[in-house]
Amino acid sequence: MTLRKYLVLAGITLFSTAGDSLLARGMKDLGNVNVSLHNLSGLLLAVLNPWVAAGILLLLAFFSCYMSALSWADLTYVLPATSLAYVLVALVGHFRLNEEISPTRWLGIALIAAGVGFVAAGPSLTPRHERQDPKDIARKAIPSEVNTR
Amino acid sequence: MKDINAWAAIGVIVLASTTGDVLLSYSMKQVGDVGELWKRRGILAVVARVLTTPTFALGLIAMAVAFYSLLFGLSWGNLSLVVPASASLTFVANAVAARIFLHERVGRRRWIAALLVSSGVVLMAV
Repeated sequence: MTLRKYLVLAGITLFSTAGDSLLARGMKDLGNVNVSLHNLSGLLLAVLNPWVAAGILLLLAFFSCYMSALSWADLTYVLPATSLAYVLVALVGHFRLNEEISPTRWLGIALIAAGVGFVAAGPSLTPRHERQDPKDIARKAIPSEVNTR
Repeated sequence: MKDINAWAAIGVIVLASTTGDVLLSYSMKQVGDVGELWKRRGILAVVARVLTTPTFALGLIAMAVAFYSLLFGLSWGNLSLVVPASASLTFVANAVAARIFLHERVGRRRWIAALLVSSGVVLMAV
């Protein structure tokens, strides 16, 4: 793990938090648009709202960072390592929107932070030779890795 | 009845987003370290390589299914039930699926992390 890789993980956390917050802010502007398959025009017009547009751009940045991280780290590493986003959302709600954080929620925040610490201190990628266990039943379910290399 | 619908939606969300995450992770392992590829061939090569990986498209479709199930789930159940229940179950389902389908070594450290995070998510919704 290099500094650049930790920055990508931080990018996943920050971009998803900021993107979601902007989307929520924008959707509040639009009022109670009934988001459903029958109301596609309302959904398409929502993109014109500057908050929503900015939110979508940030979520695209999130997705790029997420895909980048998955190209060099295990899924079971990336997911917990970036779950600080849940904590950030709660803190944004607390400090920006004056939402109350109950003791149970603080405990939840502490558990998530502990989980992040646990996984981040461990290895980030399963070595290739350990991946190909001939005893593994599910191996046939995945197409051969040879032809795409 | 609404409760059953909400839990059905949660089930579909967990299934679809786990499928999506596993397919996307599998695709990106096929592509290889994008940082290296970017340095050697430029950003366009990275984009082309990712978009031409067939499992990537399947992963995106699964993620879209998960997103729409979330919208439907939210119309049947409370925000405070649907979001944390599906998020925390997805954490555990992902650990199981990554072990079976991606052959990741999910050691004690990662199990503990997955369980801590998913129980933390549940507590934050209480």
